[in-house]
Amino acid sequence: MTTTAAPPETAPAAPPGKDRSARLRVPAAFLAGAVLLLGVAPLALSDFRLSLLAKYLCFAIVAVGVSLAWGRGGLLVLGQGVFFGLGGYAMAMHLKLADAAAAGETLPDFMLLYGSGDTLPWWWQPFADPVFALAATVLLPMAVAALLGFLVFRRRVKGAYFAILSQALAAALAIWLIGQQATTGGTNGLTDIQGFFGYDLRDPVNQRTVYVVIAVALLLTMALARMLFVSRYGELLVAVRDSEERVRFLGYNPADVKLVAYVVAAGMAGLAGALFVPAVGIISPALIGIVPSIGFVIGAAVGGRASLVGAVLGAVAVAWAQSTLSESFPAAWTYAQGLLFVLAVGFLPGGLASLGAVLRRRRTATTATPVPTTPVPATAVPTTPVPATPVPATANPKGETA
Amino acid sequence: MTVVLNQSFTGISIGAVLLLIALGLTLTFGQMGVINMAHGEFMMAGAYTAYLLQQAIGDAGFSLLVALPTAFLVAGAMGALLEWLLIRRLYTRPLDTLLVTWGVSLMLQQLARDIFGAPNVQTRAPEWLTGNIGFAGTTLATNRLFILGLALLCVLGLTVVMRSTPLGRRIRAVVQNRDLAKVSGIATGRVDRTTFFIGSGLAGLAGVALTLVGPIGPTMGTNYIVDAFLVVVVGGIAQLKGAVITAFALGVLQSVLEYSTTVSVAKVVVLVAIVAFLQWRPQGLYTLRTRSLA
Repeated sequence: MTTTAAPPETAPAAPPGKDRSARLRVPAAFLAGAVLLLGVAPLALSDFRLSLLAKYLCFAIVAVGVSLAWGRGGLLVLGQGVFFGLGGYAMAMHLKLADAAAAGETLPDFMLLYGSGDTLPWWWQPFADPVFALAATVLLPMAVAALLGFLVFRRRVKGAYFAILSQALAAALAIWLIGQQATTGGTNGLTDIQGFFGYDLRDPVNQRTVYVVIAVALLLTMALARMLFVSRYGELLVAVRDSEERVRFLGYNPADVKLVAYVVAAGMAGLAGALFVPAVGIISPALIGIVPSIGFVIGAAVGGRASLVGAVLGAVAVAWAQSTLSESFPAAWTYAQGLLFVLAVGFLPGGLASLGAVLRRRRTATTATPVPTTPVPATAVPTTPVPATPVPATANPKGETA
Repeated sequence: MTVVLNQSFTGISIGAVLLLIALGLTLTFGQMGVINMAHGEFMMAGAYTAYLLQQAIGDAGFSLLVALPTAFLVAGAMGALLEWLLIRRLYTRPLDTLLVTWGVSLMLQQLARDIFGAPNVQTRAPEWLTGNIGFAGTTLATNRLFILGLALLCVLGLTVVMRSTPLGRRIRAVVQNRDLAKVSGIATGRVDRTTFFIGSGLAGLAGVALTLVGPIGPTMGTNYIVDAFLVVVVGGIAQLKGAVITAFALGVLQSVLEYSTTVSVAKVVVLVAIVAFLQWRPQGLYTLRTRSLA
């Protein structure tokens, strides 16, 4: 391919700390979101609605990772289903074993059903240990991502090649899981999970607890992503997205930069998958193949891939629309989903988060351009008569005022 | 020995199907950089075209022969329309073409479901394609030989078009240096649309070929599309021979692995092999050398 992947049209992140109000805006919004998720939602919503919201929030956690890897890093991660699935299966395997142990069996129910011998497969055995299983939900996806990312980025396989490989990985994992019916539950996946570390998941009170855990996890991943965004690493990541060669000439290794984003995004997807299991009680290949993997991207695309809040809200909105629309009009939802892809990606690449900026730009374009004498480009004039401070005194690369 | 021959022939016939699908992709993805996820649905359109023609004509053999050019035109027209409506706006954002065309493919699948129903349909194979031919102790199914022949014919045709027609020269010029081609007076927009027409048309031909070996359904495109993209990735861009070699190699590898293990393990191993191969040749088997840094 001779053309380089052009960066998605995104407004650059506002330089941190313009003034006090801007600096406070992000924590304030974060706090408001936390109050809304943890305080208002559990009071305002019925048990059923709350468990649905818990499910959507899991998708939102995946979207945080997508926003990091794709929005900031330009890595079109089409295989997030793999990591979601690894996290989900790790959790579900432990919970199935715990359920079996509670029932006095040594094997999960589906293995008894398929009569696949009377010993647990070796690769199931470590998951009986809760610490191992919990660690695996995040570390296993990160390890897989690190391996694939290392192999792929080191050899400068990028752009479409990377997207297709990550997609093929999702297809391969789903096909493999379906093929190993006796040990993975096949197409059905791991279903009918009843206990969660000693608590009964069928009890609505415990479902509320699961919701709170998921909401806190979402807030934590958002905080982590935000910290990465504003760090030096975040700037480097955007730089790699926009011009990988220049970053390489500056002495950084773009492969490492991309690898970190990919691995962190994978860890987030794994966490989401692990939390999805107690919230919904099932994990199956239908949740991790090519179609759901691309589905993880659409929420972020609709909301705004480069905007963290946009991606999260987009993921929740799309998941909500899907479950409400597809119940009553399955066909209509498929058309709507396709149309969302076409419109959001094709015509509003910044997503809904950029809608305001796009409209503003259009308005200023129509009003300002006929009058070229308006003093709009004040910043573009280099010879401002009053330089507030001599330039060498504040050799501040970001142009911050002390 | 018979087993080896049998598996190789199965592999070659899998490879022929992959090659037919991937040929169109080497044009649209390899040459133009557009990741057209709706390519599988253009294939589906070709298959349904063959189905409809058989319903209308009745004579299986005649309808198959009519279906080949018709499906080429139908799928090609769909491709040209897609290019004109959406893709030409996205040439600077190749990754986004993937998502946009994925949206299109979702809609086309649903459209097929609404028109033809969700269950698969079947065509009858013409009599001259139902037999077997004995060969060195093994039997070769004639329908698979037909697909192989069709694939090779398409490769030949495409090679001739690309090498020795003005159109092929224009396509290659646009691929190698779009700006230079433009200032040299080539209508790059029209070349793009023609390229897309041919690439999508080839998907239609692949669809007709698939009706000979399997059922026709709304999800038939999704089953092949990732494999076909992998063929182009491994084969390298802008070179037909890369796609040809890769398609047959992957087909044989797949069928040999399927014989010795299971279908699902074979898929995983093939993917691992591809990632390992890309360590050796990150740009695929054959590449178009350019001076660009990317």
